[in-house]
Amino acid sequence: MESVTPSQNNWLQKVWFSVRIPFLAIILALIVGAVVLLVSGSNPLEAYAQLFKGAFGSLKNFQRVLEKSTPLIFSGLAVALGFKAGLFNIGAQGQLLLGAIIAGFVGFSIKGLPSYVHIPLALLCGIVAGALYGAIPGLLKAFSGAHEVITTIMLNYIAINLTDYLSDGPWKDMSPGNIVSRLPAIEESAKIGTIGPVPIGFIVAVLIAFLIWFVINRTTFGFEINSVGLNPHASKYAGMRTKVLIIAALIVSGALAGLGGAVETQGVVGRYQPGFNAGIGFDGITVALLARNSPIAVIASSLLLGAMKGGANTMQFYANVPNEIIDIIQGTMLLFVTAEMVVRWVFKMRKRSETEITVTAGWGQR
Amino acid sequence: MDTLDLTNDKTTEATKMTGKETLILEARNIYKTFPGTIANADVSLELHRGEVLALLGENGAGKSTLMNVIYGLYTQDSGEIFLNGEPYSINNPHDAIAAGIGMVHQHFMLVPVFTVLENVMLGAETCRGPFLNKKAAEAKLRQLEKSFGLEVDPHAIIEELPVGLQQRVEILKALYRDVEILIMDEPTAVLTPQETKELFKIMRRLTERGVSIVFITHKLKEVLEIADRIIIMRRGHVVGSATPAETDEHGLASMMVGREVILEVDKLPAEPGDTVLEVKQLNVHDANQLHSVKDCSLSVRAGEVLGVAGVQGNGQSELVEAITGLRRYNSGEIWIDGKRMPQEKPRVLVENGMAHIPEDRQKHGLILQYPLTSNFVLCNYYREPYSRHGVLNAEAILKNAEALIERFDVRTPSAETSAGDLSGGNQQKVIVGRELSRDVSLVIANQPTRGLDVGSIEYIHQTLIDMRDAGVGVLLVSSELDEIMSVSDRIAVMYRGEIVDVLDARDANREHIGLLMAGHA
Amino acid sequence: MISETVKRGPFSHINWKLWRSVILALLILAAILFFNARNPAETRAVLRSTLRYAVPLILGALCGIFCERAGIVNIGIEGQMLLSAFTSYMTNAWTGNLMFSLFVGMVTGSIVGLFLAFLSIKLKLNQVIGGTVINILAAGITGYFYQVGTTTKGKFASIPLGPLADIPIIGPLLFNNPPITYIAIVLVIVSQIVLFNTRWGLRTRAVGEHPRAADTLGVDVFKIRYLNVLIGGVMAGLAGAFLTLEGVGLFERGMTNGRGFIALAVMIFGKWNPISSAMAALFFGFANAMQTQLQFMGIQIAHQFVGMIPYLLTIIVVSGFVGRSRAPAAEGIPYEKE
Repeated sequence: MESVTPSQNNWLQKVWFSVRIPFLAIILALIVGAVVLLVSGSNPLEAYAQLFKGAFGSLKNFQRVLEKSTPLIFSGLAVALGFKAGLFNIGAQGQLLLGAIIAGFVGFSIKGLPSYVHIPLALLCGIVAGALYGAIPGLLKAFSGAHEVITTIMLNYIAINLTDYLSDGPWKDMSPGNIVSRLPAIEESAKIGTIGPVPIGFIVAVLIAFLIWFVINRTTFGFEINSVGLNPHASKYAGMRTKVLIIAALIVSGALAGLGGAVETQGVVGRYQPGFNAGIGFDGITVALLARNSPIAVIASSLLLGAMKGGANTMQFYANVPNEIIDIIQGTMLLFVTAEMVVRWVFKMRKRSETEITVTAGWGQR
Repeated sequence: MDTLDLTNDKTTEATKMTGKETLILEARNIYKTFPGTIANADVSLELHRGEVLALLGENGAGKSTLMNVIYGLYTQDSGEIFLNGEPYSINNPHDAIAAGIGMVHQHFMLVPVFTVLENVMLGAETCRGPFLNKKAAEAKLRQLEKSFGLEVDPHAIIEELPVGLQQRVEILKALYRDVEILIMDEPTAVLTPQETKELFKIMRRLTERGVSIVFITHKLKEVLEIADRIIIMRRGHVVGSATPAETDEHGLASMMVGREVILEVDKLPAEPGDTVLEVKQLNVHDANQLHSVKDCSLSVRAGEVLGVAGVQGNGQSELVEAITGLRRYNSGEIWIDGKRMPQEKPRVLVENGMAHIPEDRQKHGLILQYPLTSNFVLCNYYREPYSRHGVLNAEAILKNAEALIERFDVRTPSAETSAGDLSGGNQQKVIVGRELSRDVSLVIANQPTRGLDVGSIEYIHQTLIDMRDAGVGVLLVSSELDEIMSVSDRIAVMYRGEIVDVLDARDANREHIGLLMAGHA
Repeated sequence: MISETVKRGPFSHINWKLWRSVILALLILAAILFFNARNPAETRAVLRSTLRYAVPLILGALCGIFCERAGIVNIGIEGQMLLSAFTSYMTNAWTGNLMFSLFVGMVTGSIVGLFLAFLSIKLKLNQVIGGTVINILAAGITGYFYQVGTTTKGKFASIPLGPLADIPIIGPLLFNNPPITYIAIVLVIVSQIVLFNTRWGLRTRAVGEHPRAADTLGVDVFKIRYLNVLIGGVMAGLAGAFLTLEGVGLFERGMTNGRGFIALAVMIFGKWNPISSAMAALFFGFANAMQTQLQFMGIQIAHQFVGMIPYLLTIIVVSGFVGRSRAPAAEGIPYEKE
């Protein structure tokens, strides 16, 4: 919340104040990861070196990092926007899956379109799929008071079942020799390319992040979203339509996640295949909290997680460390960044200002 | 355990000691600070057996802090507490209860979904092994009820009881723990004048049995009526003491506030114009489907103040929420300036010239995390000049805030300060400023002075009168009868969701309104 | 605070709630007997599978009940179950001692519970976020340390309770079970008594509804909260151990598969009441058993759609489409001593 922080004379100091907790959380998480590696008999320094090499060792590796970061930016934005409205959208995963599979379907099933029509069409369908899937928990929350955390988690499992069914049933890749459940490859005309080493999808993601920043901080819609998130009672008093806003926030959030899935399908994988996007929606939670819900900072935290994911294979191959160490580091990072108090306690810092996330407590059945 | 014996013991003990000269509790040189404020500075007090000691002071004077220190909810920074002459350290309520101290809190400390019995026994359970022995507990409770004349059904659910009975449960809770000292924090705030009389009788009965009572209040008349001795606090200090015989309301008021206080609001006779608000046959059901407003009709004319009197919880909040669009109503009509208003559309109401000073300023009136700039445009951020085509205009918003801070004398470090960092009085000024700076024809003020100091109260009253004189209709809802009587031109009395009568303020008297508030039509 | 007087009709003295459940129970019994007469083997299979699916949900829901009755929202049950399933499985693989493995599972659950309690009580972290952190960490830790191909020497076998096990229908169902199932059944009844008939239960419920009121009466809010979350942790640990020591007998990554969340739905459905929640869990188990049965009967529905049923049911339950319920009032709000 830019508007809340007291004015600081020195902008450098200001930047440090806003990044120090996430920064220290990252350092602490890396230390915890090193301890886990040591305990399980690996050399943490070597592992981290290979991780770094795997991420930034070559232009190709770096391109992979950007590819990995792209869907994270979208799902991170989706979660962050939800938090702004006081909603914890754990359902980014399901929304993303639907976006990915619908974009994959539009990508392979429609033939003979020029790129400039096919690409946006598939993206748009992905966005709509995610938005509609996000609308469900929004409607349930607004009209029955069902807590979005439980409904979105359940919708995640339903989305997994649904996409598994589609990719093993009606939409299955029937090409000779294929035995795995997946959709056929998308048409060339639906693929999103690169500019030099930079995937176009990444550029889109960055632009969207700036757009979301503008919407949240500079528009009346953003003002309403922030108000509802901080105090729904006062928002109602002020004449805002809180139910509509809750639904709208989850629709936009779902649309962002759906777009992330579509970009992943069209820009990286080239088809929809179950399991290829596993966990991206949950990573979005880490990304958003690490970025403390700032859309611009989401870009940075996505790059960090993307680098870890991009380098993980190299680390596994050369340092013989299971990929899953990344999950532990990420989980610890999330822990330290949310439990700020731990970090403050470790580094003996004093609390400066209240920038806490408000998420509705309880299951809200009134 | 036979309780009757215990209470009898106490009585005989008290009569033996012939009451008043025995010192039972003493606080010496208590200091307590909170970040930014000194709540208690060098406060001392003495309490004798069987007396009612009134602790008088305006909101924020430090009365509740002192009592919370004695009850162990706060720990003092320095100072000592003596019990029966011995130093006694109270670190938590447990210690206080063990020392025979009980407290009836301003906001009742009752679990709403529990029964009376469960609430009474909580923390002092009668048990057989680990299991609750509800039978024995009920017998003990019924005996207490009988011997003190405090009848309540032990199996009633708290949230279904009227406040008056809930207060009885609080007193019973203390008696169940065999208190010798009972602290009562603003116990009359929720009572009608008649219920207050009844409470005073109960208090007298308690003191006759040797219980000592500390009575916290800011109401002068009550102090003079019930207290044996009076201690006056101001800004964290004890500024004086008196007995009812030595002083009067004016003396107490000036000690309490530190200057001469005008107890009556100065105003010219009203010149009512056209009807601005018309409520017809309004019926509201609350969240639990209870009928909280029944067939309510009232009208407010331009240039007059209509006061709504009534004991808290008689449907006033629901009435105001329905009128201001925060709550759905089941039937009825609301008209503003001759236009029928839709259900639950606060924005339409605002655009038709309504201003609303809500009951709970922190819940409804402000977004505490927002800076003042945003709070000042909370209801019209979407209009020009504050935004254009959906994009906010930060410059216009800042200018607006600076102008209103100046005009309504809000004490704040800057316009960018969070509303949550301001004092209650200044928060209320932000709301009043925001609401009254618009072009309004109707002001709805619900408990606009609750929890404020005398200076802020005078300011708010004067502002409401000024609005009236400028031809605005004002609906003032308050459970403070004094406030209603001094500001209103006409007075409507609410009881159990109904408007039982509307009186002209010039020929209304306290006793009569009190009876109406208690349902004696 | 104006209450309408309750209408006193000629039937007002009848306890409709009690009668409703009695009639419902009789109907269920009649249905079971009816199907048992037609096809005993199938009926037994359905009932067994109902109970087996319900046990981890019951234990998970009990975890939720103890935490939430004391005012702590626990959305990390999923992670608690997963970690406990993992540690009890690994202990079983190393030692082959089932009882010790069960103990390790319970300890794991309680340690994770304490951690959640520390985050939400001491650090006053948002409890929903705290639970999510636990879930993500649990997935990471189990994924990292699990080695594919670990084997164990076996799982808990059924222990028939003497002649009780020979009672037709009910005997084999209720009195011929592996130990964790027995524990779950006993815990449901014990929890019900503890919550509503003991000093501890009264204080727990008070802390979950109005912690300040409890505090002013000398009840230690923090202690009550810590211990209840700890007790809940033991229950979640049992639920996890059930999966690897009694149910599946194996560990798989992410094997809890949302059961921890479904347990929350069960808790809400059961209105934060142990016995009602156990009934709700049996209902979920029955729905699950029926879908397996449908497939055996040759009714062709893609298994993914059948797999959605518990999740759809959960959404329906939390949306309040089947009976409204009221959560403990202080749930999710950190208590601040002044």
